[in-house]
Amino acid sequence: MNIVVCVKRVPDTEVPIRIRGDGRGVEESGLNFVLNFYDEHGVEEALRTKERLGGSVTLVTAGPARAVEALRTGLAMGADAAIHIQDPALASLDHIGTARVLAAAIKAVPCDLVLCGKLSTDDNAAIVGPAVAEFLGLPQATAITKLELGDGKATAHREVEGAVEVLEVKLPAVITVERGINEPRYPSLPGIMRAKRTAITTRTLADLGISAPPPARVELLGLTPPPKRQAGRRLEGEPAAVVHDLVRALHEEAKLL
Amino acid sequence: MSAASDVWVIVEHAGGRPRKITYELLGLATTLAGPMKVHAVVAGGGAAAMAGDLAAHGAHVVHAAESPLLEPYTTDAHAQVVGALLADAAPGLVLMGSTAAGRDLAPRLAARLDAGIVTDCASVAVEDERVVATRPVMTRKAIARVAFGDGIRIAVVLPNIYPPAPAETGRSVEVQTVPVNLDPGSIRTRVVEISALKRETVPLTEADIIVSGGRGLKGPENFALLDKLAGVLGAAVGSSRPPVDSGWVPHDYEIGQTGKTVNPQLYIACGISGAPQHLAGMSGSRCIVAINKDPQAPIFGIATYGVVGDVFEILPLLTEEVRKLKGSSSDGGASRRLVPDGGDGGRPAAG
Amino acid sequence: MEFTLREEHRLVQSTVREWATARLLPRAAEMDRSGTYPREFIRELGEMGLTGVFIPEEYGGGGMDTVSYCIVIEEIARAEAALAAVLSVNNSLDCFPIFAFGTEAQKRTYLTELARGRKLGCYCLTEPTAGSDAASLRTTARRDGDHWVLNGTKIFVTNGVEADVLIVYARTGGDGARGISAFIAERGDPGLSVGKIERKLGIHASSTAEIVLQDCRLPAARLLGEEGAGFAVAMATLDGGRIGIAAQALGIARAALEDAVAYAKDRRQFGRAIAEFQATQWKIADMATRIQAGRLLMYRAAWIRDQGRRHTLEASMAKLFASETAMWAATQAVQIFGGYGYIQDYPVERHFRDAKITEIYEGTSEVQRLVIARSVLGGHHDTTASDGRGQA
Repeated sequence: MNIVVCVKRVPDTEVPIRIRGDGRGVEESGLNFVLNFYDEHGVEEALRTKERLGGSVTLVTAGPARAVEALRTGLAMGADAAIHIQDPALASLDHIGTARVLAAAIKAVPCDLVLCGKLSTDDNAAIVGPAVAEFLGLPQATAITKLELGDGKATAHREVEGAVEVLEVKLPAVITVERGINEPRYPSLPGIMRAKRTAITTRTLADLGISAPPPARVELLGLTPPPKRQAGRRLEGEPAAVVHDLVRALHEEAKLL
Repeated sequence: MSAASDVWVIVEHAGGRPRKITYELLGLATTLAGPMKVHAVVAGGGAAAMAGDLAAHGAHVVHAAESPLLEPYTTDAHAQVVGALLADAAPGLVLMGSTAAGRDLAPRLAARLDAGIVTDCASVAVEDERVVATRPVMTRKAIARVAFGDGIRIAVVLPNIYPPAPAETGRSVEVQTVPVNLDPGSIRTRVVEISALKRETVPLTEADIIVSGGRGLKGPENFALLDKLAGVLGAAVGSSRPPVDSGWVPHDYEIGQTGKTVNPQLYIACGISGAPQHLAGMSGSRCIVAINKDPQAPIFGIATYGVVGDVFEILPLLTEEVRKLKGSSSDGGASRRLVPDGGDGGRPAAG
Repeated sequence: MEFTLREEHRLVQSTVREWATARLLPRAAEMDRSGTYPREFIRELGEMGLTGVFIPEEYGGGGMDTVSYCIVIEEIARAEAALAAVLSVNNSLDCFPIFAFGTEAQKRTYLTELARGRKLGCYCLTEPTAGSDAASLRTTARRDGDHWVLNGTKIFVTNGVEADVLIVYARTGGDGARGISAFIAERGDPGLSVGKIERKLGIHASSTAEIVLQDCRLPAARLLGEEGAGFAVAMATLDGGRIGIAAQALGIARAALEDAVAYAKDRRQFGRAIAEFQATQWKIADMATRIQAGRLLMYRAAWIRDQGRRHTLEASMAKLFASETAMWAATQAVQIFGGYGYIQDYPVERHFRDAKITEIYEGTSEVQRLVIARSVLGGHHDTTASDGRGQA
């Protein structure tokens, strides 16, 4: 079973961000970059599948030179090959445009399954996975918490509001994975050295047969910090009295009870 | 929008009735459409029966695409039918709910239609003749303002942010039948089963009141205290990450950076310290009550009401006090909509 | 001269830091209180190749260099110092001597298991009457047919309680260093038992025990290296071990600094964050500077070792400076925390207790000073050169 996994290099979510002066992005200095949390789960799922069923795992990413770090981490976890789509035009694409580019690269890799994280933690958009599926003309299942692969089909579990849905999906397909599908492994030191020795294939848009970058249909106007919440009232004292005050406040002040 | 445009809403429905998010989108659509029309697309059965209700909440036109192949939701069936409808009508703005189905379908439609798409919209407005949305990014550490360009625009809107449209009876509606010519072979996924999660409360993303537990509850058995409080409040129960990591509660309880983002009217955090990862998921709550015995806990920095105390003492007392309050008021305390809805309007019961 | 870590070193650093932050740091206080560590940590560390960092992959190790090893130990120690001790003993004091001095058969039997973390090792050198003066050790090993019979008591053995493999130094010949040989023992060998288990000031989660050898019979094949070369094995082992302890100390020092910085930014007195007061700022400046200096000494020692060159002096300098920095920095951190620094709910009192051992084991600061002075006074250290070439 040959699997392609889409990965992305994103800022570590544990580190606070500073919005740039022009409001168009965040200050990169002081940021720690990592493989997107949900993509880690995608890579792990691919590796487990390879361990069970054989085959190979190829990673794909689209981004500037630094994007290769996400590929190295995935290779260090155990992936076999990696494709880095690098082109100045990438910066002007929106998510649909990026998905188009990724799909073009994936088309060239014969595979039975495409895995993506359900979203990336920098923009939280959750657009690329299903869009890639559309451009590849493949069925999809999104935000999957359990995946079982059979003959020509996969069984996927996903949470919908208040319920768990079990889906059967014909392969090849695009599956986006949710936290909880597995526990991603840490790269091992031998893995890190092997990753260092693995050649990464680079592709430009021209290599993928894309002559003109698709125009972006959305534009980021600016970033602002979230509205700051102020601390309200502190209630201290005997538990019974405190509870009484709280309920009265919720009922009379906040009018929520 | 450079020319005034009709606004389309993709309806989500369950059990023959529109879901709460649909009413929220209809309200938003009405505002955005101005003098133009609001269209509601119903894919699946029961469109005719829902038409009156949709009209009462603002729909001028209901596009009814009826076919057993459209239920339950599958990507291929809905992408084809809704996609064809939208391709034909080329609406200026399409509103979809950020639900499991909405998030599955919207990007696929956008790719199919070469549309602009913005997900997780916390607001959608027309500014200087452009449609502009705001959305949380970087796990809620920033808010992005995004403008749509021309063409079809798809805005996937977060639930529980916009108030449901008020109901007005006696409004007329035009129902247009959408011909459905689906080849069953083109539907490449099959829903094998849907099993309801064993929780009788509203899904977290739709709940008005959430009672949530953290590491301070010390063990899985103590979530029973939260269940009791949630019971009298008609609330949903959630948790921060540590109880999920420790296996005390299932994954779907998690609120935070790696779990759900919620926007209830009231969020009661019990034994939760308030790490940024958790705040990312609930800081949009209108009112936050924090119960923690550590006065330095970061959660007190954002709590509307901060209770410094032992959760094990406070929770039973709070449950009892709420029970007394509800018992003395007339409505019996089942899931109550806290945002005034201006009338009954056949609103579905929560859950 | 390049001061940046190579890509693979940065990946090692981020990987270990992620593991340590997610798995180890949340358990640190509990480990200190209970005096134990979750045994699955060894398995997890083994899976990542961290129990034999610089052992070649063919023997089940990580296949990386000493710089990587320093990074690994520092990141672990930053989260929790006792596990760093457990890990550094396994890497430096067990994997290394078997790799460097063992026969192929010994490597196949022991090294792979240790490097993979399937077995845990310990190092038995110190005795009640032989600490800094290790060469005066009294444990004997007498040849009896095709066995050696060992008698004696070893103390202060890290990992002593749970170790499966023990490197034991015993006297096979005359007095002094040249009469000492090294042996590989296994838990379960006849006449080998764990004696007193020590209760310590710090690094509680790491076990420290007495190992008692009473007519302990070891097959002849258990001799590690040449007969009479045991002391050379011990000293060569300590060169790498000291670099590991420097890393552990720097991890503790960094924990002290990071905790102090976070606290100082948060704690308000007299209407301001205490981070705004010069007294606090100066402490922080000095802590940061000394930690950086210690790190550079450590990396230099590691780099020279990776070049295959003699690095005894550099390893001593690194260990001396880093350990004294750790103790000093932890003291500063407690002071910055004020009253809260004395309370066990806050981590800095643990850093203070953990730091002290780094000035003592694997050669006390006094011994390190002797090593360094001997080198400088003996004209073997060119005090102006900075590339190790001055070393004889």
